[in-house]
This record gives sequence, C-alpha cells and structure tokens, in this order.
Amino acid sequence: MRRIVSILMENAPGALSRVVGLFSQRGYNIDTLTVAPTEDPTLSRLTLTTVGDDHKLEQITKNLNKLIDVVKLVDLSDGAHIERELMLIKVKASGAQRAEIKRCTDIFRGQIVDVTSTIYTIQIVGTADKLDAFVQSIGEASILEVVRSGVSGIARGEKVLSI
Amino acid sequence: MLSGGDMLIRALRDEGVECVFGYPGGAALHIYDAIFRQKDVKHILVRHEQAAAHAADGYSRATGKVGTLLVTSGPGATNTITGIATAHMDSIPMVVLSAQVVSDKIGEDAFQETDMVGISRPIVKHSFLVSDPSEIPSIIKKAYYIASTGRPGPVVVDIPKDHTDPSRVFEYQYPESVKMRSYVPAGRGHAGQIKKAVQLLLGAKRPVIYSGGGVIQGDSSELLTELAKKLNFPVTNTLMGLGAYPGTDRQFLGMLGMHGTFEANTAMHHADVILAIGARFDDRVTNTPSKFCPHAKIIHVDIDPASISKTVSADVPIVGAVESVLKDMLSLVNSAEQGTDQEAIGDWWAQIDEWRQRHGLYHANRFDTSGERIKPQEVVQVLHEVTKGDAYICSDVGQHQMFAAQYYLFDKPRRWINSGGLGTMGFGLPAAMGVQIADRDACVVCITGEGSIQMCIQELSTLTQYNLPVKIICLNNQALGMVRQWQDMQYDSRYSESLYEDSLPDFEKLMEAYGHVGITVTQRDDLRSKMEECFAMKDRVVFMNVMVDRSEHVYPMLVAPNGSMRDMLLSKTERT
Repeated sequence: MRRIVSILMENAPGALSRVVGLFSQRGYNIDTLTVAPTEDPTLSRLTLTTVGDDHKLEQITKNLNKLIDVVKLVDLSDGAHIERELMLIKVKASGAQRAEIKRCTDIFRGQIVDVTSTIYTIQIVGTADKLDAFVQSIGEASILEVVRSGVSGIARGEKVLSI
Repeated sequence: MLSGGDMLIRALRDEGVECVFGYPGGAALHIYDAIFRQKDVKHILVRHEQAAAHAADGYSRATGKVGTLLVTSGPGATNTITGIATAHMDSIPMVVLSAQVVSDKIGEDAFQETDMVGISRPIVKHSFLVSDPSEIPSIIKKAYYIASTGRPGPVVVDIPKDHTDPSRVFEYQYPESVKMRSYVPAGRGHAGQIKKAVQLLLGAKRPVIYSGGGVIQGDSSELLTELAKKLNFPVTNTLMGLGAYPGTDRQFLGMLGMHGTFEANTAMHHADVILAIGARFDDRVTNTPSKFCPHAKIIHVDIDPASISKTVSADVPIVGAVESVLKDMLSLVNSAEQGTDQEAIGDWWAQIDEWRQRHGLYHANRFDTSGERIKPQEVVQVLHEVTKGDAYICSDVGQHQMFAAQYYLFDKPRRWINSGGLGTMGFGLPAAMGVQIADRDACVVCITGEGSIQMCIQELSTLTQYNLPVKIICLNNQALGMVRQWQDMQYDSRYSESLYEDSLPDFEKLMEAYGHVGITVTQRDDLRSKMEECFAMKDRVVFMNVMVDRSEHVYPMLVAPNGSMRDMLLSKTERT
C-alpha cells in the first residue's frame, strides 16, 4: 500500500541524509521525496512516499522517530488528507498537435508557462495520479522532458503537524 | 577565555569524564596539547584506534558510565568504525571524539580527510560536526546526554582542527542541563498496559521471564530478581543479559537461544506467558520466528519502541524504562488480592526439573569428560572455580565465547562483557583493558581463542605501559573453532581456510617480549594448578595458552533453518 509520510525535522546539516540513509540501511524504499524549510526556519518539512504493509510502515515510522533530528511525523495516508505534486513538462507542440495539447492542458487545469514555435512547457499541479494521467494523455511520443517535485501533503480539517 | 581544544577537555572534565582512550595525529594535535596541560582527564594511549573504541566500550559495560575515545581524522577515525558498530549493536553509551581536517579544507580530499559523520552514520545514535568552536560545550553536553539516555548508543563528535586552534579563545560555560525538542527518551510505561501485563503474569500457568541486555543497561537486576523471586517464575537470560539474574540461583534456566540450554529453550517453547524485558527477540534467540513459542502470550517491555513487534508480535507491548516498569509491576504484584496459581507453577517447575534431568545446567554430562584431552568447557568451569565466580569476563568471539557464556555462571550484572550483536573478534583484550582501567583492583579476564586474540594483540603493549594485569585465557584449538564447527556440520568437514597449519606464534615467547608471563597447558591434570598459578600472579599480565580438544563443538545448538526453540542438537549424536 502506498503511504505518505510527513516529517517535521530540525533544519540542520546532515538531517536529510539521516532520513534517506535510514531507508537504504533498513531496506525500505522511497518513491518520492520533497523537503524545504517551514515558516520557522529552524524546522524543515519533509514528505516522502513509500510502499509497504502496516507492519513495515510501523517499523519505518518508529525508526524515523528514533532519529534525533526528527521532531514529529505523521502518516498522512492514515486519515483524510490533501496531496499535491507539481510537474513541469516540456512537449513537442507543432501543427495540429498545438491546439490538442492546449485543450488537454486546460482539461487538466494546467498552465502553459513557456512557449516556442515548436514547444510548450506546461505546469500542472495535482495528485500523483492526476499527473500520471496527464502524462498518459499527452503520449510518450510528444514528451521531451518531465520534472516532478515529488508529493507534498497536509491533513484535512483541524489536524496540524507542528511543535 | 579558552580555546576550542581547551574547552573540549574542560567540558569532558565538567561532564565527569575520568579517562579517554585515544591515539593522536595531525588534526588532533591542538586537542592533545590541551590534554597535556591539565590533569583531570586521564588519557590512555592505545596501539590501534579500534582498541580505543573497544576499551571505551568495555569501560562503559563494566561501570555503566559513558565510554570516551579521541582519535585523529582519516585513518584514525575509520579505524574506530568496527568498535563503534560493536557498541551500537549492543546499545553501549559511548562518545567518539574525532578530529577533522580544517573546516575550509573539508571536501577537498585533504590529507587524512574522511567524511566521519557520513561513514559512521548507520552505526551511531547521533553525530555532530562542530561548525564553530563556541558550540563545543553545548555539543559535548548533548553528546553525553544522547549517548546515555533512552536506548543508549554511540555518538560521534567530529571536530575540525581550526576549531581547536589555541590562538582563538572563547568564553567557556558548561551547560547544566540539556533539553532537546526532538529527543525525548521514554520514561514510565503505560499504566494500563502494565496492569494488563501483571494480570497475565498472575494468571500464568507456564511462565518464563526472558531478560536481556536492557536490564543490565537499565541497572535493574535487583528489581528483576525481586520480581522473579516474588512470583517464583523461571528466568532465562540472553547472551547480553547474563548476570542480570544470578546464574547460580535455582530459578535460573541458563542462557536461551542458538546455544542456550535445553531447559531454557524447551521451557520457552512450552510457555504460556513470556515476560520479555530489555530483550529484542534477536534471530539468535528466536530461531524461526513463525515457530517461536506457539502457545505464549508475549509481554514485551523495552525502552525502544522500534524493538517491539519487530520480529515477534507482542500481545502486551510496554514502551518504557525497564527500571520504572519493573517497579510498577512489583507494586501491582505486591498489592494484588490474588497471587499466582501456585499449583500450576508447582507443576511447571516439576516439568522443568524433569527437563533438567535430561540435559542442562545441573546435568553432570553437559559435555564428555571421559577423555584425556582438555575440554574447553572444563577450562571455563575451572576458571569459574578459581576466580570464585566473581571475575570480569571479557570475551572475544567464537566457540570460547559460547563456552564462557554457558559455563561461567554470572551472579552479578556487568561482569560478562562480550560483543553480542556484532560478534567482533578482537573485542576481548581491549575491552578487558577498559575494564581494568575502570577498576584497578578487579580480577579481569579476557577469554579468547588463538584466532580472536590475534586481531587486537597489539594491545599487549598498552597493558605494559599502564600496568594492567589482565589475565588472558586462550582456548587454543589451533583452528577457527566456530567456523570449523559449521564446516563439520554443513560442509562435510571441508576446512576451508579455518586452519593455521603451523603458523601460530610461540605465545610464551611473545608474552615475554612484551614483559608478560606466558603459561602453556597441554595436560588435563595440570589445568587447575596452572590456573591457580596464573591468578596468583596478581600484578602481572598472564597469558594461559590452553591446548584444548579441537574436535569439540558447542552444544546445545538450535536446529536451523525452520526449527522451533525446542529443536536442538544436544551433542554430535543426540537430537531432541
């Protein structure tokens, strides 16, 4: 099962490598990873997605919690949550394709953020599934480059991950 | 106003550090100069940095204090890695001070540069890279706090040379306390869970207390003993937990696991309630986890939540410090209206005694004593008698380690010092050195083999320098015994690279070269008198080279793979 783990950790040198190192050391997998400082510059928020059953996830969260730099963490997939990922995608856009890609972008509520006579660069935000769907609908043949930010997430409602 | 180097040593003093094991080098020279100019913190110069780590480790295991070592950058730092990993696997509190190249050279492949924080990351509890000299006091405070609290472990502090420069001075103040928002060690266990656990214990018909190194680390042997006595429950200890419960007490079943006793493993298999305390269901204990103790409800007490339900699911998990949980359990047991089911417990003891009659701690024929050759088990038994069971036994790794664990019955905690988790050959001698530093008057023994001893043998010189009269008992079977045993059992006795041919040194001459005493024992009849002779030389390092039966195997041995805890080989010909 796919999980989204969100971690509040000290914004300190080496903190990220401890988190990432833990995954390789214990044989866990990281599918996506995103990290940046929060409104409090001494704290970073790290979100990662991984795949595992309950037992494995319990071990992952326990071991992450043991890291001295990890202040708090939550498995967002445990409850209602909002998941977003940003994708920048560069596609061939010439001739009849141009209009079709524009339409498709609109349907996915993306934006064309850079244009040349033969290329569109599109920005699109949504769940990982939505981005996958967009990539599929554009078709591999047109795609020149894909950049994805990795998943970020936050719990719905009043639940807050803070210290 | 103090320099970074002076602040470091002053901080160690203020932390109560009495001695540091170490080895100087370029990047550490400012620190070593600071050591020279003071008298509070004693430095022990080892012969190899690995030994500094093992010595600090042994010091910690014997005293409960944090062990400290100081090394230079690059090779000095990398040489400690095996020692740090050893301490990490056994949850030993340790602070590793490693010098680093000057900060503006980091990353430039400077002379003797290595990324110590990176290279040690998977085997430390935490690490610090000092980025400004003014941080040194607070980092040292945090390092000792982290190393010694919660589930203890090693902490690395990497210090670039320029941050110890004597020409830059700072105001020094050692923090009185430390509080970290991201680190809150577990304290008391959950009251409801403890209540549930006590109800299970009181209702148990076939209980076993299975205790591990956590009881020793948590200084809770007396509480454990009190609880076990109060309940009249049998107790088994893990390899790391030996001494937590008195080894010569009738309620003690011996060690459990791969080379555990017949009665301990069999009792575990048939138990209906298991109180696992400060133990982690290591693969050397459980055998096949899916077949582990099929009838038992498991209460698991551990300070580390990640240890609970890792390999074996706990029915009643309790996260907390062993000491406080045991206290809470005791007070509940003492105030319980109804005690244990004494009839059932009586039947259970009758069953255990029946097992004991077949094989085990009190069985006369635990090993074959009929031959003329010296059996390694007998050496340990004689050692136990001659030292009155009261020595510090520091072990290396291999058959001799298992024989020591099985036959030296430890009545006190912190007397059995061995590398349980990592299984580090070469650990014994430097660890013994650390123990002897901690207690100059103690009887400190290194039990070893002719394989292990050669992995850190250079420390014989350190013993000379600091007059550390360690007694080295070498069970010499002229082979890597445990490897050979497995080759006998699984590879039709094809002894691939486990024999030394005639290459072993003349240990007596070697000892003489270092200024020590060497004794060789080849005759079984001489064993006791030579052993007494060895321990009569209180002020000397004595190396007893005991030529033992090389064909001996360690038994019992759990049958693997796919065996349960009751499936054991009891000798070369008997199986349960």
